[in-house]
Amino acid sequence: MLLYEGDIRIPSGCAISGIINRKGLLFSGDDIVKSIALMHDRSNGLGGGFAAYGIYPEYKDLYAIHMFYNHEGAKDDVELFLNQHFKIKLSERIPTRKVPSINDPPIIWRYFASPREDKLTEAGLDESEFMVRCVMRINSDFEGAFVVSSGKNMGAFKAVGYPEDVGDFYMLDTYRAYIWMAHGRFPTNTPGWWGGAHPFTLLDWSVVHNGEISSYDANRRWIEMFGYKCTLQTDTEVITYMFDLLIRRHKLPLEVALTAMAAPLWDEIERMEPDQQELMMSIRAVYSSALINGPFSIILGCKNGIIALNDRIKLRPLTAATKGDFVFIASEESAIRTVCPTPDEVWTPMGGEPVIALLEGVENI
Amino acid sequence: MSLSLLTPEFIVERNDERCIRCQVCVRQCANLVHTHDQEEDRIVADDSKCVNCHRCVVLCPTRALTIRRNPLEFKENALWTASAIREIYKQAETGGILLTGMGNDRPYPVYWDRMLLNASQVTNPSIDPLREPMELKTMLGRKPEVLRVEDGKIKEKLPPQINLEIPVMFSAMSFGSISFNACQALAMAASEVGIMYNTGEGGLHKDLRKYGKNTIVQVASGRFGVDVDYLQAGAAIEIKIGQGAKPGIGGHLPGEKVMAEISQTRMIPIGSDAISPAPHHDIYSIEDLRQLIYSLKEATDYQKPVSVKIAAVHNVAAICSGIARAGADIIAIDGFRGGTGAAPLRIRDNVGIPIEFALAAVDTRLREEGIRNQVSLVCAGGIRNSADVIKAIALGADAVYIGQAALIAIGCHMCQKCYTGKCNWGIATQDPNLVKRLNPEVAARRLINLLHAWAHEMKEMLGGMGINAIESLKGNRLMLRGIGLTSRELDILGIKAAGE
Repeated sequence: MLLYEGDIRIPSGCAISGIINRKGLLFSGDDIVKSIALMHDRSNGLGGGFAAYGIYPEYKDLYAIHMFYNHEGAKDDVELFLNQHFKIKLSERIPTRKVPSINDPPIIWRYFASPREDKLTEAGLDESEFMVRCVMRINSDFEGAFVVSSGKNMGAFKAVGYPEDVGDFYMLDTYRAYIWMAHGRFPTNTPGWWGGAHPFTLLDWSVVHNGEISSYDANRRWIEMFGYKCTLQTDTEVITYMFDLLIRRHKLPLEVALTAMAAPLWDEIERMEPDQQELMMSIRAVYSSALINGPFSIILGCKNGIIALNDRIKLRPLTAATKGDFVFIASEESAIRTVCPTPDEVWTPMGGEPVIALLEGVENI
Repeated sequence: MSLSLLTPEFIVERNDERCIRCQVCVRQCANLVHTHDQEEDRIVADDSKCVNCHRCVVLCPTRALTIRRNPLEFKENALWTASAIREIYKQAETGGILLTGMGNDRPYPVYWDRMLLNASQVTNPSIDPLREPMELKTMLGRKPEVLRVEDGKIKEKLPPQINLEIPVMFSAMSFGSISFNACQALAMAASEVGIMYNTGEGGLHKDLRKYGKNTIVQVASGRFGVDVDYLQAGAAIEIKIGQGAKPGIGGHLPGEKVMAEISQTRMIPIGSDAISPAPHHDIYSIEDLRQLIYSLKEATDYQKPVSVKIAAVHNVAAICSGIARAGADIIAIDGFRGGTGAAPLRIRDNVGIPIEFALAAVDTRLREEGIRNQVSLVCAGGIRNSADVIKAIALGADAVYIGQAALIAIGCHMCQKCYTGKCNWGIATQDPNLVKRLNPEVAARRLINLLHAWAHEMKEMLGGMGINAIESLKGNRLMLRGIGLTSRELDILGIKAAGE
């Protein structure tokens, strides 16, 4: 029997792409679909997905919960849970368009909701931690239900298929966002499960990732000490949780979190100034299990911007470009030039050197 | 005294055509196996005294000597094996506890050999350590859960750490159990390679104080050689609760070995027995351990990490959780194959559990409790080669201790007679004539070679797995697969079966 993500760990290769307008101007999903479509051969039709920020301005203060349900029973169970924990403003099917190559969709639903005050008080948690625990709970305890995304004014759209078909299926041309991220997947042995497609998200974090990290189990067993449950067994899942832990819960400055994940080599650290050296040594000591090893290029998205990061010896491709207020990041330069033929600047970041593209006026992620 | 029923365990075979009567064997054997018959100009061997340490074999210039197991057989009996019978003869003749040296040699399963490592193919690249950086550096000590950083500076300094260039250290071996030259060789090698050696319960000889940066000073139940200067002399302090070769048992250095240098180093009178009680008499429970840990931290101004070493016993996971919560910065777990200078045979061969299980259980437990970061885990007890080290780290260790492997590197032939004090290789002896056979510089060079060789091998294995820093292997159990293990054993080790 073929096993799905969560039952088994499935390595995959990938294409990634991300576009941000740093002034926060909204633009349609046409460009991101075009960009990821150019890298068609980097995926194999077994997974594609998108994340978009700024798409729900009318509900921007509510959590937009995107769900997959395998059957009506799962939906009923989760809705009971959601009703107990949230005030739901709107519950609706996510609109899709029939595309020949996209088949057997699950029930695709979204809710705009806010946590119930009494439940928050009872739990003694802040809103985001409450939300995280609810997401973990649904993903681990509710058979046949999967939280696709759970942030505010953002959403993830993913499916089994080539990414350009997935974009068409979800009618992304009808959405307008200031950040778009895309992923095309080349899994090696999966029967293809919608939940296993990327991006992986939590709160308003979303991660698209290309690579197979060799530190996976070290990262997973560390992050699970902090209450996260890696139900999918994918790299993207564990990377997302690590960003959530380091930045949201441990309140580390962005560059410290990125250093932990793609740390400078010890012999580089030895050449640093004493203050810097002590900081780097401390990061590597305390967050040794957060070091991501093996090949990866990732784009991390959140409401404030996007960040791209490569493994420290650059085992996966990653190119960045700017044009006016736009920043583009993609696995291949061609995927940028197809939507932006004459960028102001194009560069290939070094291994471990992050590309940080935040909205104007925003200091930190 | 009646006739001994014991027959020789080994037979010394001499090729008389090769023998040139140089008498090297006669002079080299502290067990007095070889004698020269002047009248007949012949060298004869008393097989019954031979311990099969190969000293004469290796030093014989004409390769005239071979030692064989005595082919003499008892009547075949699956229960009453030769060793079972011989042990009874020995006890019937002496009335004593059977003593032995080095680690458990019984045919229990070696779980290292039932775990296989992963390598990258296609979906991610292997990394070539000859072309790419490959990091083995390891820091041992308590790590805070969170690092507080403000304005690009850390707000709180890290608790004290010890830095290892290779995640391998030399186990505790006291001056007394081994010779000064052996101690010096370990200290020199540790210092050259950038790792730690451990004084054991032997105190710290004044001539070895200069290696303090690479020394772990041990505090054991006898407190030999412990004063504040000693505590401050090392890079870390280790409280020895137990030892894998003899869990629940103390130590005994016979008075005849306590000569001037040992007397001074251990701070006890010349010729007095150095007896380490089985328990620490100020530690009858975990709360007492906490007091000792903090006494040592107070004495050293919180500048040294404190390690607690225990033997791997049945309830090791819960014990280690307690030790972590008691304030230890490092926990060293010594498995039932750990070596010793002297241990009662029955204890060595029957008490304790395999380090592989102990390590896996402890790492899992500490993670379940969310306190794995609070301590570093060091595992010990029968680590034979770099693959064992890599597997230990993948199971969850931060580093390993090697004792027997280090001694083998400097000449030990595993004859298991350390307790006799007649080590022909100058290692486990205090006899000045034997000690001087071990040249500390030469021995240190051999140890350095061994560590360098292991480091190269570890880098190759890491690179094969697509990992370029050792910390990404720590607890990375997906890199291991079990072979020939029951599902229960796989569960305890927390690994999958080969093919899964």
